[in-house]
Amino acid sequence: MTIKPPVDDFATDWDHADPQWVSDPYPIWDDLRERCPVAHTERYGGGWFPATHAGVSAIANDTENFTSRTVIIGNGRPDEDALPSPIGVAPPISSDPPFHKIARRLILPAFAPGPVNALEPRIRELCVSLLDRMAGQAVVNGGSDYAQYVPAAVISRMLGFPEADEDLFREFVHIVIGGIDHPLEQRIEEFQPVEDYFTKQIEDHQANPRDDLTSYLLNVELGGEKLAIEHVFGTMVLVLIAGIDTTWSALGASLWHLAGNPDDLARLVNEPDLMPLAIEEFLRFYAPVTMARLVKHDMEYLGCPMKEYDWILLGFPAANRDPAVFADADKFIIDRQENRHLAFGLGIHRCAGSNLARLELRIAIEEFIKRYPRFELADPGAVTWAPGQIRGPRNLPIRILD
Amino acid sequence: MKVVIDAERCQGHGRCFLAAPGIFGFDDLGNGVVLGDGTLNDETLELARLAQSNCPEHAISIEE
Repeated sequence: MTIKPPVDDFATDWDHADPQWVSDPYPIWDDLRERCPVAHTERYGGGWFPATHAGVSAIANDTENFTSRTVIIGNGRPDEDALPSPIGVAPPISSDPPFHKIARRLILPAFAPGPVNALEPRIRELCVSLLDRMAGQAVVNGGSDYAQYVPAAVISRMLGFPEADEDLFREFVHIVIGGIDHPLEQRIEEFQPVEDYFTKQIEDHQANPRDDLTSYLLNVELGGEKLAIEHVFGTMVLVLIAGIDTTWSALGASLWHLAGNPDDLARLVNEPDLMPLAIEEFLRFYAPVTMARLVKHDMEYLGCPMKEYDWILLGFPAANRDPAVFADADKFIIDRQENRHLAFGLGIHRCAGSNLARLELRIAIEEFIKRYPRFELADPGAVTWAPGQIRGPRNLPIRILD
Repeated sequence: MKVVIDAERCQGHGRCFLAAPGIFGFDDLGNGVVLGDGTLNDETLELARLAQSNCPEHAISIEE
């Protein structure tokens, strides 16, 4: 990994992998919002970071001037030859209109509230068994023992992968999301085991079709024809990446909040009806996901001289703290009534798995606080946050109180 | 008064049917739909307004 100079001014040199941004980005974003609503960087080949709700909304809704062909910021400036086709590597998140709509319609039925809500008993059972496994420990790791397992198990079961492979599955998430600083050649090499595993699973599903998302993708027809294997593969990779790290981060951050805010924990334990409002406030306050776009052509936009293939980092979590849109934006209000947060994005790329994420988050928190109505951070200084575009606590030691 | 969802704006965030399940439902893609003809009384008006104020896409309107 290249050693990068530390950031001196985030307005002109932002870096989402900078230790300060990783450990506590909110003061940085508050500062940018006030003095430089669209920050610039020369890092990663050059890019922009809008820190306001208005800036994020404008770009998220503008598919004429920005493309989703790459949504994770790479090490350098992309060029036309290196970019995937407009279908993208992981449709529909990496697709632009008009193909985007077709690819999205294919997967939305699988993630609509009907089929998702039917998973509730299985998710609850999973959470209970994870808590059983942790029983008797004075200190539990809310990150690696709990938050991490819930979405990994749910997603691998949706895809129809063997339950025994769940540890392997989490390793893939690290490989795909974790290596943002690695050179392209290293990334291709790192990705090989993921590709091999998915290819094996696809072949197994072709030979033995069953009732799961992989078989669905292999059999669904588009204009009378089955999907290209690359499309099936890309969508499976998307579900893997987008379905695990994200929910794990949101769940971990919610537990981290409750461990540090006993009043909120007590209210949630005593007033379970608050849960739906609390979930939306967890999502607003600790939105884990930022997504990238690329500038399509040279232009002046939001007062900035943008160039073709400049990166855009869409700071949905920063938009969620914008006082222009949210009253007391910097306060966590567990029963906030009006809450138009952008945790799941905005516009045509709204997180396709949002119903599933919300369900997992609710059940996992419900079961955790039912089992442990009182807990605190065992060692606040030991908590580590994941760098990159999905932010959440990884090491989260929680002391269970009587 | 009537509540309406602009299907062009709705992106399926699901906030309306979570906030006011008696007034809103969802289609097979997960997009929000108004149940029945959307006519509101005093009680449902309040719930519809709550849903409106939580829609990230500003897709819900209440017509006089």
